[in-house]
Order: sequence, then C-alpha cells, then structure tokens
Amino acid sequence: MGETLRGQAAIVGAADTEVGTVPHMGASQLCIDAILRALDDAGIGKEAVDGLVTCNSMAEPYMYHAEAMAEYLQIFPRYCVSVGAGGGTTFTALHQAASAIASGICHTVVIAMADSLRSGLTRERAMAMQSSSGHPQFESPYGAPVPAYYALIARAHMHEFGTTAEQFAAVAVSMRKHAARNPAAQMRKPISVEDVLGSRLIADPLHLLDCSLVSDGGAAVVLTSAERARDFRQPPVYLLGAGEGHGHEHISQARCLTTSAAADAGRRAYAMAGVGPGDIDLAQLYDCFTPVVVIELEDLGFCAKGEGGRFVAAGSIEPGGRLPVNTHGGLLSHCHPGNPGSMFALTEAVLQLRGQAGERQLAKAELALVHGQGGIMSSHCTVILGRECTR
Amino acid sequence: MSGAQMKFLPVATAETAEYWAGCRRHELLIQRCADCATYQFYPRLMCTACTGRSLEWVRASGHGRVRSFTIVRRAVAEAYAAEVPYVVALIELDEGPTMMSNVVGCSAEQVRMDMPVEVVFEDWTGDVTLPKFRPRAAGTAAR
Repeated sequence: MGETLRGQAAIVGAADTEVGTVPHMGASQLCIDAILRALDDAGIGKEAVDGLVTCNSMAEPYMYHAEAMAEYLQIFPRYCVSVGAGGGTTFTALHQAASAIASGICHTVVIAMADSLRSGLTRERAMAMQSSSGHPQFESPYGAPVPAYYALIARAHMHEFGTTAEQFAAVAVSMRKHAARNPAAQMRKPISVEDVLGSRLIADPLHLLDCSLVSDGGAAVVLTSAERARDFRQPPVYLLGAGEGHGHEHISQARCLTTSAAADAGRRAYAMAGVGPGDIDLAQLYDCFTPVVVIELEDLGFCAKGEGGRFVAAGSIEPGGRLPVNTHGGLLSHCHPGNPGSMFALTEAVLQLRGQAGERQLAKAELALVHGQGGIMSSHCTVILGRECTR
Repeated sequence: MSGAQMKFLPVATAETAEYWAGCRRHELLIQRCADCATYQFYPRLMCTACTGRSLEWVRASGHGRVRSFTIVRRAVAEAYAAEVPYVVALIELDEGPTMMSNVVGCSAEQVRMDMPVEVVFEDWTGDVTLPKFRPRAAGTAAR
C-alpha cells in the first residue's frame, strides 16, 4: 500500500468556466459547461467518458448529483459518484477516480464541480449553509458564523507561536499579487497588509480581507490511465502521489487546534510520489481563510511548525518567492464557489505544469503539490502532480 | 429570551436527551466510562478510549479554561444580532473534554486565553437551556 497509484493516471483535460459573478448560468449549467470545456481541452467526446465524479451544489442540490449530471449530459457511465468532503472534496475525488482507473473499474473519468453561491442561493439556503457547518446540538446554537470557527484556530496559533495578524494578512496580500497576473480572477486590485488590517473585523482576529470570496463558477478535469494519456492532444499531467488525513468533523472535537491532518495527508502523498517538500516547484493550498495557509505550509513541511507566519511575511509564497502558492489567486482572490473551490487550484496546477499559464507561467514547474481541506481543518487530501511519469 | 425561537435551537435525540434534561435542571452532565474512567463529551454510545459501552452520566464540576476564543462581530443570523459582539469559545473542562460555548458575564474584550471559567445556564425556551461560561476567579472551589 502507498506506492500503488504513482504514475497510474494522468490529467489530460482541464478547464474552468467563467467565474466570479455569473448570474446568467445556474449551478447545474456551470457544471455541464465545465465538463464540455474540459472534454474540448482533452479533444474527446462525451462518449469516451465512462466515469463521472462530482460534488453536490448548495444552490441546485440533487439527491444523487453525479447521476443527475450524467442524466443531463445523457451519458451512461459505469462509475458515478458524488463526493462530500467540503473543501477537501476535489482531491478526494481525484484520489478515488485514480483508484477506480488503476483498479480497472473504468478508463476515463471526468471530475466536475460547480456552484453559484453568489447568484444562486436563496436567503434560506444561505442560512442553512451557515448553520450546517457546526454540530447541530453542540456548536451551532452558540452562533458562530464560519469565519469564527477558523478564528478559533487562528487565535490558538497566535497564542502558541506568536503569530501575528500582520502575518496572516501577508497571505491575503500574496494571493492578490498572484491574482493581479490572472485575467480570470475575481479580485485583482493590489492590497497591502494595512488594507487587510483596516478592513472590517468579522471574528477576531480575522478581518474581511482574511476571508475568501463568495463566487459562482465551476471547473472540470479529465483523468485517464497513464497508458491512454499519451494518445490525447494535451501533454499529460501525471498523478504521482495522493494521500488523505481525516481528523474530526467539528472543531470542538479537534485533537489539536494548531496541527491538522494535513500532516498525515502530506506524509502519505510524499511517500507515494517518492519526493519531499524541497522538490516542489509550486503549491496550490486551500486558502478559505488566511491562517489556513500558514498551518498548511507547516503541516506539509514547507517550513517548521510555528514558522508559517514568518515564512509568509518574508514574501515566500508571492510571485517570485521561494514557493509560489496559488498562482491563480486562490480562494481569497480568484474565486470561491464553495466545495468546488479547490478545482481551480487543480486546473491552475495543470496549466502551470503544461507551460500554458500565460503571463503568470513559472520558469520552473515540474512538480506541483495541491492540497484541499474541508470542514474546519477536518478532512485533508494532498495530491502531487508532475510532468514526468515516474512510476 | 425573546427571539430565541429564531436561533439555531438544539433538538435532543435519544442519545442526548439526558444531557439536555440536565441543562434544564442547570446541571452540566458529561459521560464517564465505567470501565476505564475516561470522561467524554459529546454524548456517545461508546467510550472513545476503550470502546466500552458502560457509560455513566456524571455531573461535571462546571469549571474549565478558555482553550481558544473569538469575538463575533457579524452575527451568524438575525436572531443573534442583538448580542454582537459576542464571544464563541472552546472550553476545556477540568474533567478533560472540550466543548464549544459562549463566554458571558464580562465584556468580550476581557476574555483571555486560558482564562478560568465556570458554567452558567441560559434558559432559551421551556425546553431548551444552554450551558454558557463566565469568568471565575482562579482557585474558586467547585460547586
């Protein structure tokens, strides 16, 4: 166990929909639009798809979402599943899809996710979303909005390691610098640490600009076996490592507030890929709130535990930094349509590894680490992607 | 409490009814494993330490410390807006388990990490009473 998926599957198609405020398309349309664009990118028709993995939409939920999307497309896959692991969903889905391909369940899987949190949510659904993030009996009654749950983690990190609000703010500033180079990003106007600290306090120590966006949008990728991948028109991006870690669902049950199961996920993904943090050219990290990036950088081994604040404040994750993070702008500045948010981190990693990222293309992009976390630092999945099949 | 009906009211299940009944009597009940003496919260069918099923309800001291906290400046829903700014905290009970709650009985700005706290009860409706915590002078004896 552990080495079996390395180099078995590759991404051969990747595409985003229009993102940001997209009132002219519903969540299901965005999901289908993403699939059609990814199929175009791969150069195949829908008939070639025999696996479909999606996540449910908040704005247009279905009892069986993947089945509903297959029905809409009129495809009849032999592997069809909806994944629900919050922000960790994207990479958990990729992990499962690669496993399905490696074990011969299916050949070519589309992973597609979309939602319209900005334009498509009724007030009642938005409320339901807020209340459903805590334990219904033991957390939600106390009135914490989602940022407050993350603020509990941020405060603990500050207390334990001396991390400052300025250091958290540096994450938002860095993401905006990346977004300024991405024409598709929702927010591109440069911001400073002072802008972040001067924005409205939402839940101490988190300010408005420490919090990710609320967006519409979707993205999809096409995954197939490494053998088949050579026959597609795009250069394959190989899945070299994948690992998950699941620590809790509810933050009040977390064993530790300042170290997350990202450490488990990362360790497993590095072991599968046979690489370490020092080999990674770019990291695409889940950035729903700025402190999350600080903790992920530590847990994934890019800096020592407790050093994350200083690491980001030194400009390490900015364009030109020693570890560019979220070259598309992340959830903080590119877009964040909820559970599908990590998809854009994935499609960006694919573009960078293919050398197709335009103005923001990194000079060296051979190995990328992408990481998603869902819940309140609850479920984690790390994936390592590369240009070369190192199986 | 006016407006409580619009808050996110806990709905007791068979598993948690005893806990909420304790709250209505202003008693904080947690589970203790009869086999390995581990305390746990929230209520469960089994002991998280030894998987044994011999769990007893015991009245907690009601004392704990603030393990982390935040001051909520923007309410989660209209029904909570009148209380802004309010403190959401993780309270580590003296018995060991952590629970989420609000810190009340002081201004939000006075709450500190590791601050000693003690339980107080807030009656929301005829059926629902919530345990909250207020500052406690260090060294105060358990009730």
